[in-house]
Amino acid sequence: MNLTLFVVVLLTAIFLVVAALGIARLISPRTFNRQKGEAYECGIPTRGSSWMQFKVGYYLFAILFLLFDVETVLLFPWAVIARELGSAGLISISFFIAILVLGLAYAWKKGALEWK
Amino acid sequence: MFDFSIITQWIDQLLRGLMPDAAATVVECVLVGLALLLGYAVIALALIYVERKVCAWFQCRLGPNRVGPFGILQSVADMLKMLTKEIIEIKHVDRFLFGLAPYIVIIASVAAFSCLPFARGLQVLDFNVGIFFLVAVSSIGIVGILLAGWASNNKYSLIGAMRSGAQMISYELSIGLSILTMVVLSGTLQVTELVEGQADGWFLFKGHLPALIAFVIYLVAGTAETNRGPFDLPEADSELTAGYHTEYSGMHFGFFYLAEYLNMFIVAGVATTLFLGGWMPLHVPGWEGFNEVMDYIPSLFWFLGKVGVMIFVIMWFKWTFPRLRIDQLLRLEWKYLLPINLLNLLLMVIVVVYKLHF
Repeated sequence: MNLTLFVVVLLTAIFLVVAALGIARLISPRTFNRQKGEAYECGIPTRGSSWMQFKVGYYLFAILFLLFDVETVLLFPWAVIARELGSAGLISISFFIAILVLGLAYAWKKGALEWK
Repeated sequence: MFDFSIITQWIDQLLRGLMPDAAATVVECVLVGLALLLGYAVIALALIYVERKVCAWFQCRLGPNRVGPFGILQSVADMLKMLTKEIIEIKHVDRFLFGLAPYIVIIASVAAFSCLPFARGLQVLDFNVGIFFLVAVSSIGIVGILLAGWASNNKYSLIGAMRSGAQMISYELSIGLSILTMVVLSGTLQVTELVEGQADGWFLFKGHLPALIAFVIYLVAGTAETNRGPFDLPEADSELTAGYHTEYSGMHFGFFYLAEYLNMFIVAGVATTLFLGGWMPLHVPGWEGFNEVMDYIPSLFWFLGKVGVMIFVIMWFKWTFPRLRIDQLLRLEWKYLLPINLLNLLLMVIVVVYKLHF
């Protein structure tokens, strides 16, 4: 089982960040200046917070992504045995993909793929 | 051909001879971790140097040439400088998420990096669902980028992260589907088996037309996935300063920088594994002498050489095409690449079922 190795990889990644940050904090200089803590924007004091409601366009694409990504996950096990399934598998998966393409066409027609 | 598992098995037996089994396992884990870190750091530094040199040549400049011979120590010097820079504490950020974001980005890229088959027997993680795992784990990086932009409480960061999120999740689909196309051809998800299946010909040649389409789509989507080249609007410096990592300083910023270059390596590595035969040498049917000679070149050089070519192509894109607008970017993915990809998948199934491939 490769689980041990996976844990080793995760720990290695965390170790990389912790070690590099630790070294940086040890040897880097520290100076204090009130303006250093301000947001880096245009030079003038920033107005309001950035934690606000944001453009809905991104949300639409995220939903579409979710649908198609779940579909990709469903297709992976089929793809492994596509060769053994032969033409019967080909016909059934054509129906599946046809429904997907219909869904994409519906989103297209509804204007969900337009950036406004 | 030389097999790296000879070395690893030798080390394993040596350690088990010296100490009890449990201690040997721990030492081996530490060794694997160190090797991984070394490879990660060396490849990132080398890529930063290569990027600067290639970029300079495209613009008729010399590039870094002062630190060490031909400037090869430039990126080492830059990394040391970055380590000695202060990590500035910003007042308005969400401190926890701000600190968490680099961890997620680095974990995603290290985990994906460890799935790549560098040579025969030289691979850290080899699951039976390897390539699926690689796709899954590398998309976790998006979460890190979104967190970084949101936690920074900075308008540039927020816009950069949102653009980056929209772009990366959109092109994730094309990457997934083109990988799926190749899985249909190979019939396996395990990375070593994928490479072994290309011993008598690379998938790019075996799968002819659908594989070629999938390859082109993978390259375009992979370039978009790394936030590079014509698709660099998340960090379009003329509009957004630095995008989602505007507020990060010193080594904090260094992690995003490292992960970005490593992601380019991973994209090129997956392209090599799936389409260009991984570490398999180039064989031409019928040319026995030529094939013999090609077998003498170690598999590690084959892999790194092919990845190098792919990375050069990705860098070439950056200096050839102008930056896209966000609506053009999303239109390219959703109205062109995705439908073509779905049809290409069907085409590949037809080719595989009726045995039209080589």
